[in-house]
Amino acid sequence: MATRRSWARAIADIRDGLRDRELWSHLAWQDIKQRYRRSVLGPLWITLSMGVTAIGLGLLYSQLFGAEIGTFLPYLTVGFIVWNFIIGCMTEGAETFIHNEALIKHLPAPLSVYALRTVYRLTIMFAHNLIVYAIILVIFFDDLAQPYQIIEAQPGDFEWWHPGLSWTAVLAVPAFAMLVINGAWVTLLFGIVSTRFRDIPQLIVALSSLMFFMTPIVWSADILYQKFGNVAGWRALVTDLNPLYHFVELLRAPMIGNQQSWTHWLVVGIITVVGWGLTLVAMRNYRSRVSYWV
Amino acid sequence: MVSIELERAYVDFPIFDAKSRSLKKRVLGKVGGNIGTDTKVPVIEALQDITLSLSEGDRVGLVGHNGAGKSTLLRLLAGIYEPTRGSSRIVGRVAPVFDLGIGMDPEISGYENIIIRGLFLGMSRRQMEKRIDDIAEFTELGDYLQMPLRTYSTGMRVRLALGVVTSIDPEILLLDEGIGAVDAAFMNKARDRLVDLVRRSGLLVFASHQDDLLLELCTSAVWMEGGRIKQQGPLREVITAYKGRDPFETMPAETAERLGVH
Repeated sequence: MATRRSWARAIADIRDGLRDRELWSHLAWQDIKQRYRRSVLGPLWITLSMGVTAIGLGLLYSQLFGAEIGTFLPYLTVGFIVWNFIIGCMTEGAETFIHNEALIKHLPAPLSVYALRTVYRLTIMFAHNLIVYAIILVIFFDDLAQPYQIIEAQPGDFEWWHPGLSWTAVLAVPAFAMLVINGAWVTLLFGIVSTRFRDIPQLIVALSSLMFFMTPIVWSADILYQKFGNVAGWRALVTDLNPLYHFVELLRAPMIGNQQSWTHWLVVGIITVVGWGLTLVAMRNYRSRVSYWV
Repeated sequence: MVSIELERAYVDFPIFDAKSRSLKKRVLGKVGGNIGTDTKVPVIEALQDITLSLSEGDRVGLVGHNGAGKSTLLRLLAGIYEPTRGSSRIVGRVAPVFDLGIGMDPEISGYENIIIRGLFLGMSRRQMEKRIDDIAEFTELGDYLQMPLRTYSTGMRVRLALGVVTSIDPEILLLDEGIGAVDAAFMNKARDRLVDLVRRSGLLVFASHQDDLLLELCTSAVWMEGGRIKQQGPLREVITAYKGRDPFETMPAETAERLGVH
């Protein structure tokens, strides 16, 4: 009993998993290749479908909100790309161990290998989507490089300006690192819990579209600021209390030159620490149970 | 020093039926008080009270009827299952060959599958690439290694799997039945290689229903029945007790001589 549940073994699992880089990176690439086997464009379909979605929704919503296409389309596209990574960590993360059942039961390997496989696969998809980002950046660079409003303020509204792209865009790199670090614990923790309680993945999928529309991705939180200024109210409920908003904003803001806020770093930092704490507890107590549960 | 120590080890599988494997019972169950059902999840005691001590040089055969716990015991020895009660201590690098389909992708080439299999067994890509020629020669698959795995016969897959595990110098080799699908000539070759491997540094546990394979590869045996060890000892003794007849009596003289039995 004492040896089965130990911190040392939980940490060793994660350490050994990280060391098996060749294994999980290979498995992740294999997942991608398998999905697009015998298709002519292959993984470029990831890029293409993101591109089509971005253009379609960007055109529609910029008209609906009366926004400048040159700034709104990048805003929506980048939001979408970031969101896909985040929601992927949750939905695919929850099914990580369930999907790897056969491997878990037949080959002794650290559990974290499978979590890293999932996170790395999502990172590869993210990288494919960055091609769309790069193209958009080329097309709309002039619009993004100057101060702009995502939604033009109506008379009587507060004006909410963004500084435009600058050297602060490099903050996107640590921001993405934070997303990956969080993706890893989400995958491990959600994975373990979902293996025991098979309703959790369904629950996450059921909530995912609601979360998508509640989080400012196709709409901008700027509208709230413009209408209500800095007066806290129900605005706070929709954005500030939504942890996903902070994750999206953390990476999206530097990528398109939006106003960056240390609040996002603070919230994400706290979630990272708490999340990993919970995950280590789960790993300590239930790591050895996963092969029994799958 | 390679060794496996099991001390009064139990493997209990919780059986979650569709209802208890959901939150429904936990959440909804709070309302309306206890109806008096036992909320505990039923458990299958797959292995009970297993005490086993294996050390370097051991070549152990696992015998027993279907469902006796042979495969579960192999997974316990591999460290895939950790005992729910009791303890296990496994020292050495484990290489299991259980299900030949697992961890292999039928759509990619035999060559690529060799690499993946090696990665799973703790090798690096470069280390595996160095061994490719050796594996190709041993398995006699040659150019077939360029073909997708789905074109392979069962025997060819066994050859591939055995080629990989024997090439990486594992310390603990665990084989489940299924490797019997190869022809006699290859089995001979594999046997030499396996015995040599165990002699160098390691131990082998092999579950099988085929006496001849057990006699070829093992020197001692464990007889499983109903999740417990019924008997363990020298191979000949255990098989004689298990089958009710001495397996060496019916053995062809030539085989007996090769194996060194009289």
